[in-house]
Order: sequence, then C-alpha cells, then structure tokens
Amino acid sequence: MSTDVRPDPVDAVAPEPLSDHTKHPGRFGNRLFSGISLASGILILATLVAVAAFLLREALPAITSSTQDIADFTRGLSLGQYIAPLVFGTVLAAIIALVIAVPLSIAIALFIAHYAPKRLAGPVAYAIDLLAAIPSVVYGLWGFYWLVPLVGPFFDWVSTTFSFIPLLADYAPPAKNITSAAVVLAVMVLPIVTAVSREVFLQTPRLHIEASLALGATRWEVARMAILPFGRSGVISASMLGLGRALGETMAVLMILAPFAKGSSFFSWHILQSAQHQTIAANIAQQIREAHGLSVSVLIASGLALFAITLVVNMIARWIVSRRAAFSGAN
Amino acid sequence: MSKRIDVSDLDIYYGDFLAVKGVNMAIEPRSVTALIGPSGCGKSTFLRTLNRMHEVIPKARVEGKAVMDGVDIYGRDVDPVEVRRQIGMVFQRPNPFPTMSIKENVLAGVKLNNKRLSRSDADALVERSLRGANLWNEVKDRLDKPGSGLSGGQQQRLCIARAIAVSPQVLLMDEPCSALDPISTLAIEDLIAELKADYTIVIVTHNMQQASRVSDRTGFFNLEATGKPGQLVEMDDTTTMFSAPSQKQTEDYISGRFG
Repeated sequence: MSTDVRPDPVDAVAPEPLSDHTKHPGRFGNRLFSGISLASGILILATLVAVAAFLLREALPAITSSTQDIADFTRGLSLGQYIAPLVFGTVLAAIIALVIAVPLSIAIALFIAHYAPKRLAGPVAYAIDLLAAIPSVVYGLWGFYWLVPLVGPFFDWVSTTFSFIPLLADYAPPAKNITSAAVVLAVMVLPIVTAVSREVFLQTPRLHIEASLALGATRWEVARMAILPFGRSGVISASMLGLGRALGETMAVLMILAPFAKGSSFFSWHILQSAQHQTIAANIAQQIREAHGLSVSVLIASGLALFAITLVVNMIARWIVSRRAAFSGAN
Repeated sequence: MSKRIDVSDLDIYYGDFLAVKGVNMAIEPRSVTALIGPSGCGKSTFLRTLNRMHEVIPKARVEGKAVMDGVDIYGRDVDPVEVRRQIGMVFQRPNPFPTMSIKENVLAGVKLNNKRLSRSDADALVERSLRGANLWNEVKDRLDKPGSGLSGGQQQRLCIARAIAVSPQVLLMDEPCSALDPISTLAIEDLIAELKADYTIVIVTHNMQQASRVSDRTGFFNLEATGKPGQLVEMDDTTTMFSAPSQKQTEDYISGRFG
C-alpha cells in the first residue's frame, strides 16, 4: 500500500496483505525494544571487559616486576605472598558472614512469605528492606562502637568453653577480629538474601503446596517438600549476590577489623583473634593514600585477584544450579 | 483399609460467604461416590472439606459434622494433618513434586510419617504403589528421573501412586481427568475401578459419562440461583440417578438441558 490519502473509510480498515510487515503498528516498537535490550546487553559486557582490561593493564607492572622492586611496599614479600593472605582473609570473612546470614535469611524469608499473618509480614519485610538502605560507613560505626564491645564477653565465653576447637581458641580482647567484621557483613548481606529468597518462595506454585498438605505435611514439612526445593536455585543466586557484597565490602571491615600485624601468621584460622586477617578491599582503601608508582600497581593487582574470585564464585554457583536443572521445576 | 464417612448439616464458608449449605451425605466404604453438578456449585469445595483442605484458604471455614469411623474429623482435638494422612487426595492438575524423582515422589508421603524405611522395604513399596496405579511397567527403568518428565496421564497416575503409598482410608479425586486426553482418562477410570476394591473413593467430575461409568453412587449439587449457596440436590445409586432421578433439576442437568 502506498502513502496516498484514502478517501474511502472502508478502504482504511481493509486488512493489509500479510507480506507487508513494515506497516504493522507494533513494528517500530518491536525494533526499538530489541535494539535497546541488545545495546544494554552489549554495554554490560563492554563495562565488564573495560574493568578487566583496566585491572590487567594497571596490574601488569607489579606482576612483571621482581620482588626487590616492590619489597619496600610489601615488606619484602613477593606479589603472590603479598596477595595470598589478603585473598584468604577476604574469602574467610565472606564465608563466615554467609554462614551467619543465609540460614537466617531463609528463615526470615519463609516466615514472611508463608507463615506470618499478613499484618506482620508487611512491616517485617519493610524493616528488612530498610537495612539495605543504611550506608556501610554507618554499619562500620555501629560495629566499632556498639557491636565490638558487646560481643567481647560472648567471644571470651565461647573461646574458653570451646578452647579444644582450634578455630575458636585464644580469644584476646578487643574483639576487632574477623568474626566481628563478618557479623557486620552478615547484617549487610541479610536484606539482599532475604528479599530475593522471599520473592522466590512466594512463587512456589499453589499446586505443590497443596500436594504436600494433602499428604499430611505440617507447615515445616511443606517448606521442606515444596517451598525450599522449588526455591533452591533462587536462594543460591541470592547467596551469591550476598557473597558479592561481602567480598567487596570495604568501609565496615576497614573500621572494625584490626589488620594483621608484624609477626602474625598470614593464614590464621583463629577467627576470634584480632590482628590476624585483612581483606583485599579494606587493604586497598587503607594503603592507597600512601601508595605511588609500583605500589599502586601492587594494590591494583590485589583488586584483580578480587575480581577473579567473584568471577569464580559466580561460575561455581551457576554450575551448582545447572547440575540439577532437570529437577528445578522449570519444565 | 476403607471407611465410611457420614456428613451431616455441613455448611461451608469463604469468610462470611456461605458457599455450600446443609450437606447431608453418607459415603459408603469400598465404593465410588461421584459428585456432579454445574461449575461453581460447590462440589469441589465440598470435596476439599472431607480432608480439611478447605481451611488452608485464608478465612475459609466449615460448620457441621463429618464423621469417619466414629470420629468427627472437625472435632475439637482432631489434628488436620492427621486427617489428611488418612484421607488422600488427587488434584485436578497432576502435581508431582518437580524437584523429586519418580521414586521420591511415591515415597514423599511415607517419609512424612518419619518412618525409617529400609531400602528393600522402600523399593517394595514403590513397586507396589506404582503397580497399584498401573504405572510400574512404564517407569520401572527410570525411577530416578524427575517425575515432571512424564506425560500428563502418567503424572496423574504418579500422583495416585503417591496418594495410595501411605495406605489411606479414603481417596478423594478432584476432576482427576479434566487435564488428560481420552486414552489417559480411560487408564485412570480403569484404575478407579480396581482401586475401589480397597479404598473408599469420592470423585468430582464434570463428565457425566464418566460418573455413570465409574461410580456406584452419585450426588448432584446445584445452585438455587446465582449468588446463593450450593447444595446437594439429591443422591442415589448411579443407575437410578441416570435413569429415574427424583428431582426435575437433576433430570434437566443429566439430560444436558443446562450446566
């Protein structure tokens, strides 16, 4: 059909030939939308590549230099020796934080999604969401002035009671140790994991809940048979989001954790001792002001390590989710 | 393994709305009772009260009595969970647990009773239940595959296997064939005929041929008018209901004049 004016209204509503796609009213919208989504996808990938390229380029001088060149900054350590304990501290803090936060988040999410009366579920969910809005520096202050003094006696008790477990042995005040930092990280991670888990749990098909109820399941058994298995991959994704935050969190850790001092073991499992650990992010924030030249490059190399950890963690999570894809309920 | 249920003066509510009014019904053991009636007349709602599944809907409640084996299942100190373990249910749409294998699905209800089953006992129970649901030959080589990979008819028979694995007293079926093709429907109807030797079966169906084929007794539910509660119009032997019902509206419904 051409663009000339059609005087006959009957003509105007006559169906267009099927082959003439270009005139279809939704056509422009479709193309616009697919263009925007494609562009967004490419933009994300490009940003990722740009960050990775920047890290690689800036870290390269440190990677290629000899230990002597960077010895001033690293106190005589090679680049690997310098970064490895930081990686250890980062991963340890994040794991402790997740061990605390994930079970708690699942419990809260289950409560909000399926057990709480409506009048209670809304406010609780809202309060949890509010936790996510608090800046991390506030968490740092809260941890430093309130949590650390508070948990000290508790750590002391745990350490003396369970002194036969090496992990918990030899607590010494102040409680500026990795566990305190991880507790604060856990509070910061909690809202993310809870919110995502809650959404997933809410989507459990009514059919499956009724199937388990009709078999004579109690509320907890309904959760175990229908809700948790259905939400499993979602909870894993949520935990990975939380892990990402815990790995990268800087301010709160910087303010609470006393970094390792001279003479301390770099790979310490004493999670109740202070001055035993440091995380990559906190270390960068602490050192970057005095760093110049090659030492900046060393710090960026540690940032590259953090980037790599996050990547590996996400790949492992994907793998866990895909391993039982046939049982996911998506089919 | 089968018991009778006597329902008397049962009123079923959704909040303040009376959905079904004054049902009196005797459900005989080792027989199939079919519930028919137009959409929205409350037959499914009534079925769900028999194993206390109605009350899982917020604000839904029931008044009246449903006595099984001398015990009112709506009695003050009766645990609904206990009722549901004795009265199994098969739903309109097949709902095997997607996160479980075929075998785990069959054992799902048994494991709830916290019974520790030995491996051989579990295997025997799985085989017995799947044979009971006429599914064994089709799935015996893939018991560890997900139940959601089966066809609709197979999934529904898996759900029946899951329900009978716990040896219930009564089996409730809420339009079990409405999502299935004719061949699968036939398979389920054959199965119902076999199961009634051991169980008390109550089936809700929209299909009157199905009701006349599988049931011994038939109850007809209807609404007086739109917005009014549904009620049990009459109940009789299936042959009587389909040849000489005593109520005019039953005859109208059965002969296809409305509904």
